[in-house]
Amino acid sequence: MPETAVADTATGVPLKELAARHGLASSGRLLGPVEYARQLWGYRHFITAHAKAKTVSTLGTTNLGTLWQVLTPAINALVYYIIFGVIIGTGANTTNFVPYLCIGVFVFGFTQATVSQGVNSITGNLGLIRALHFPRASLPLSAALVEIRNFITAMGVLLIIVLITGEPVNLQWLLILPAMVLQAMFNMGMAMGGARLGSKMRDIKQLIPFIMRFWMYASAVLYPVTRFTDHLHGWKLHLVEANPMLVFVELYRHSLMENVTLAGSPRLLWTEAVIWAVVVCGAGFLYFWRGEKGYGRG
Amino acid sequence: MADNERVPTVIADDAHIIYKIVGAIGTNQASPLSAFKRLLTKTNSANVREVHAVKGVSFVAYKGEAIGLIGSNGSGKSTLLRAVAGLLPVQRGAIYAAGQPSLLGVNAALMNDLSGERNVELGCLAMGMSPGEVKERTKAIIDFSGINERGDFASLPMRTYSSGMAARLRFSIAAAKQHDVLLIDEALATGDAKFRRRSEARVRELRAQAGTVFLVSHSEQSIRDTCERAIWLESGLIRADGPTADVLKEYESYMKK
Repeated sequence: MPETAVADTATGVPLKELAARHGLASSGRLLGPVEYARQLWGYRHFITAHAKAKTVSTLGTTNLGTLWQVLTPAINALVYYIIFGVIIGTGANTTNFVPYLCIGVFVFGFTQATVSQGVNSITGNLGLIRALHFPRASLPLSAALVEIRNFITAMGVLLIIVLITGEPVNLQWLLILPAMVLQAMFNMGMAMGGARLGSKMRDIKQLIPFIMRFWMYASAVLYPVTRFTDHLHGWKLHLVEANPMLVFVELYRHSLMENVTLAGSPRLLWTEAVIWAVVVCGAGFLYFWRGEKGYGRG
Repeated sequence: MADNERVPTVIADDAHIIYKIVGAIGTNQASPLSAFKRLLTKTNSANVREVHAVKGVSFVAYKGEAIGLIGSNGSGKSTLLRAVAGLLPVQRGAIYAAGQPSLLGVNAALMNDLSGERNVELGCLAMGMSPGEVKERTKAIIDFSGINERGDFASLPMRTYSSGMAARLRFSIAAAKQHDVLLIDEALATGDAKFRRRSEARVRELRAQAGTVFLVSHSEQSIRDTCERAIWLESGLIRADGPTADVLKEYESYMKK
């Protein structure tokens, strides 16, 4: 059709040159990773507002509202206490098994919730993505932020449990702060990676519960970590002990409890945690950033 | 008009857009057995279908223009707008734009469980405003949308709004910001006559502040009122591009056939 062609440029300049001459940028151009990170920082208020909105909209329809932020972890701990502490008594050989168990459940739950929310963060917000322009990484980060907030409340519940079960308060408790920072970084990386994976392969969403359960059993959450050292040797033991979730769980146990047998020396655990946090956070960010322009396609 | 006076803001250069639709499962593929068969016989493409929505479109839009996009349902108008906004990637060709075009659509989803006020805040932040600016503008946006005319609706969740009210609020949010290029998808068609007049005035204002406005609408009246140029899109191709009156005349005679 003749009228479709360059009807308005009587001069006959090729459109590409015309665009370049007037400094028009191609829509859908991908920014560099550093520039992207800076743009993301500019959207920090959006990320926090979105996270807050998400919490309000999920809990807003319940009667107890935000009280559930405290109730959920408390009930969670109660369930595990009744089954493992009272009925089965798994921790017969571990001193003070209840806080040991609760720390594992809470810390693992933090990452578990972040991953499952992160995987959904693109596919569940397609309407927003197709309507407004913002760096897409805001969505998995907001999902991670929701869980960080929940975890901080859960931490309050956890500290009370630890106190009630007779662990003394000491300065070492402060170590949970760097542990939380490292785990939060790790989770953000997981959320960003999971978000792109979830948007590319919808089927992954169905598999996440199984993957996470498998991961939980491999992270010495429900039983003492000494089970691994007793039964595994050589490279298998090294492999199990390098598991980032095991490392994080052990770090919190190290910070909050006395007389606890760890999977490795604290120095080794901290080094592993730092490496995991930095690598996963960076890799997750880069992986997500590469797909930035395709998320609207759905 | 001399060419050197006109500054282009959006250039589409032979743009092709192909949609991938996942989950377009036909009735014969709904059982687990057939899904398994599909996997074995490697015909998994049945689940993913491609729609060639825009097939090579070229045009140049200039600063200060308001362009109406017309065409029958499914002719690719909304898809083209999404691509101009950079929300959908183009398959071939290119679309160039000044600054960041923003799309304002009727089905732009905000968060339905949140109050109108919170949605205003969230929408403004998502458009890149600072928290200070948002605070300043929130009241003006809600007043403009007129949702508070019948009581305090701004503090109620958006799911309680009528579709007209929700569309008005969305328009008001997007129109609060000064855009280089504003893309409006049917938004003016919803809302009552009073709001339509107000929003048309706002569109003219945005244009006067040297932006470009694209308007997709099935209401010929609102295109005639706001746009001096129209592009007629049919099955992903441009049928006509020119002054609104001429294009609409052609379009009308085509639709009557």
